[in-house]
Amino acid sequence: MTDFIDIGSITDIPVQGARLVRTAQGDIAIFRTASGNYYAVDDYLEDKAGPLSNGIQHGEMVTDPMRNWVFDLATGEAQGADEGRVTTYVLKIEDGRILLSNAAIANQVAAE
Amino acid sequence: MTQKIIIIGAGMATGRALEQLIETDPDAYDVTLFNAEPRGNYNRIMLSPVLSGDKTYAEIVTHSAEWYEENGVTCRFGERVASVDRARKVVVAENGDELPYDKLMFGTGSNPFIIPMPGHDLDGVIAYRDLEDTELMMSMDDSNKVVVIGGGLLGLEAAAGMAARGVDVTVVHIMGHLMERQLDEAAGYLLRKALVDKGITVRCQANSKQILGENGKVRALQLDDGTELPCDLLVMAVGIRPNVKLAQDIGLAVGKGIHVDDQMLTSDPDILAVGECVEHDGAIFGLVAPLYDQAKVAAKTLLDEPATFVQKEISTKLKVTGCDLFSAGDFAEGEDREDIVFRDPARGVYRRLVLQDNKIIGAVMYGDTADSNWFFGMIKDGTDIAEMRETLIFGPAYQGGTPMDPLAAVAALPDDAEICGCNGISKGQIVAAINAGADTLDAVKATSKAGSSCGSCVGLVTQVLGITLGDDFKMPEKETVCKCTDLSHDDVRKLIVAKSLKSIPQVMQELDWNSPGGCHVCRPALNYYLVCAWPGEEVDDGKSRFINERVHANIQKDGTYSVVPRMLGGITTPDELRAIADAADKFNVPTVKVTGGQRIDLLGIKKEDLPAIWYDLGEAGMISGQAYAKGLRTVKTCVGSDHCRFGTQDSTGLGIKIESEMWGAWSPHKFKLAVSGCPRNCAESTCKDLGIICVDSGYQILVGGAAGLDLLEAELLVTVATEQEAIDVSCAFYQLYREGAQYLHRPYKWIAKVGLDWVKEQVVEDLENRAALAERFRYSQKFYQVDPWAERARKGVDSHEFTPLADFTKVAAE
Repeated sequence: MTDFIDIGSITDIPVQGARLVRTAQGDIAIFRTASGNYYAVDDYLEDKAGPLSNGIQHGEMVTDPMRNWVFDLATGEAQGADEGRVTTYVLKIEDGRILLSNAAIANQVAAE
Repeated sequence: MTQKIIIIGAGMATGRALEQLIETDPDAYDVTLFNAEPRGNYNRIMLSPVLSGDKTYAEIVTHSAEWYEENGVTCRFGERVASVDRARKVVVAENGDELPYDKLMFGTGSNPFIIPMPGHDLDGVIAYRDLEDTELMMSMDDSNKVVVIGGGLLGLEAAAGMAARGVDVTVVHIMGHLMERQLDEAAGYLLRKALVDKGITVRCQANSKQILGENGKVRALQLDDGTELPCDLLVMAVGIRPNVKLAQDIGLAVGKGIHVDDQMLTSDPDILAVGECVEHDGAIFGLVAPLYDQAKVAAKTLLDEPATFVQKEISTKLKVTGCDLFSAGDFAEGEDREDIVFRDPARGVYRRLVLQDNKIIGAVMYGDTADSNWFFGMIKDGTDIAEMRETLIFGPAYQGGTPMDPLAAVAALPDDAEICGCNGISKGQIVAAINAGADTLDAVKATSKAGSSCGSCVGLVTQVLGITLGDDFKMPEKETVCKCTDLSHDDVRKLIVAKSLKSIPQVMQELDWNSPGGCHVCRPALNYYLVCAWPGEEVDDGKSRFINERVHANIQKDGTYSVVPRMLGGITTPDELRAIADAADKFNVPTVKVTGGQRIDLLGIKKEDLPAIWYDLGEAGMISGQAYAKGLRTVKTCVGSDHCRFGTQDSTGLGIKIESEMWGAWSPHKFKLAVSGCPRNCAESTCKDLGIICVDSGYQILVGGAAGLDLLEAELLVTVATEQEAIDVSCAFYQLYREGAQYLHRPYKWIAKVGLDWVKEQVVEDLENRAALAERFRYSQKFYQVDPWAERARKGVDSHEFTPLADFTKVAAE
């Protein structure tokens, strides 16, 4: 059973924007795409890319501002010739609120 | 023997279930039908044509009083069910009547969601759900204003229906484009354009704050930016909620909706549920096709026949005259998915297919939906499209036989087929021009006019050249903006101006972009071209800018930022230095460095501290140095005639004047200047984008220098006698570069393309043109010479960029 925690309103993130959720273990970037989808992925792929919350979005992708790696927000996979995957987290929208899987935060804590 | 069934709710799903039941076995059940609305079943999805006046209520009634009578249905319309005693299997009506049942069917439908914002209970605030709502909307005319909250299917149908009656309608939509659940941005743009043409005002990304009233009646909607939209009626069409109240009260399993299994049975095996009130396998339903499927299954279950409800792909069409759109399946982009996009800007057509493993999994169409059923069929059937991939997007008429290569397709066109729509040029005319000696694209453009207007047929013209000339013709290599388009930067810039394109989705549609939303290469370029072409208009899209220009600081490798305040001409004061030192202390700035452009750089600042440090620097009178911008950076100076024994002119003063006039401007790439007081060139003017060297007789203006990846000495553009001329030439040159160069080209690259002689013609020899360029630059500066730091530190612009959405670090630490 997945528990969810309310992290804010869907309008707290502008269209094609991203905001951070800070956890003890690192930042999670919450994206809102042009098509109205929301995604939660790690802000950094260690030693490779990030902060992804600062990237330019296009479609359901984001381009890393440092090295121009392109990541699929749904799967976290790097596109094209680059290899790597940022961790993605379960997120859902209910009654205009963004709910992030408690596990996203709990796992991070447990990993300490 | 006949059993008793009681049905709660006379809607489309229960109506269909009832039909099926009676058709199959009219004697199986004795039916009692409750309905809270004082009428029987009508086709609720046809309320929109009723609203727009295309149909009457009588035409959309599906079951008349006679039908119920003939089929022996006991109708209790206008009556609610008060409760159900499942132990005794008895329904209690509002008036206290107790009616026993063998089977009970819920069809309680859904309730419109009303945003609980202040004022939602005022008179004149309605949903769009039933005939009463529709009638209220129909009472509006051309003396009324109406605001519709919600740019989804229902909201837009309501808006269009009222607009057709002459009502002044504004649609307020919270998301970035209309119908975002069914359409991508490109199709959303076309839809918006069509609705605006119908006289509807559309405001996307608009957050409603409260509803304002007067004497208990709605007066206006207020948005969170303070805008007030006056209205006589406010329609909320923001979604529906399954109506589960009664089911919940009597203890049935309920989630978002009433839980049902594949046979439409609830947690009580004698109670069924169908329609918008149910939740099946986690999903709830709002479109009619799955509801009818549920109805069929429910009828069979009641007759003890085996049947299973399976969720299928569903498609959407909008019932608004003149807006043909279609959407089905899943159209999000993804790793293993590919897009085929077809756009016909002249006809306003957009088609996009999303493919995965050689199957179509999603489709969005706008403008021409004639083939939508064919595509939808392939989505549902999971047809393998590998064989017809090349021509798939053109629809069923173009399938069959061997796959055509594009050249063969053009070769097969008859001579009278129109190639260039703008100039009405047929293939035959182009072939004639080629046979008469026009053997390049430019020659064809010049002699036949084909491809010389909007340019969207250039690809076809090139193919005609290829077919006609055979091996003699080499396809031209053209540097396109990116993989999303076949157009070059030059083409795009010209077309933005020629076609008056003012938003990125509009550029992408009108110029036939082949990706749905562009990429990180084309989006910033397009944004700059729009900013440059339309100063003073709201065209700047921050989401298409690189992070540095979005947060007005330079991102560093560790994700911190650097902050460089502007110091005009490199001149500072003790007070400014003290303020910088105080800020460096206060924000624990790890590194303070003097830059190559004679400025002070504070490095290692946390993103969330940026507005605060800007505030402090602003208190001391400093503004952003825009050291992050593809735009005007710095004017370096030497001390000049004020102090230097060699100085011929006041180089510092001139540098300050130029920087005062030019700061804040955006350009294709960064633009750096310098003013040296004598040919000893202490400010290093000879390697700048624009450098000035003061001499006894005046000012030498040099352009196109570089001291980066490439090392190039700036070349003399002109020598002028007065300071004012030096400033005017500088502004004119900058504007010529701003208007002409491709994105990310420094001036030296652009000059290499256009030639220094041409630049001289434009800004040196043609004095009228020089003045016009300088004036255009100064006009643009009126809008862009705004300190972005003050806006963020003092007015809260883009505050979402600088604060986390949530912080759990403290929670975890406990």
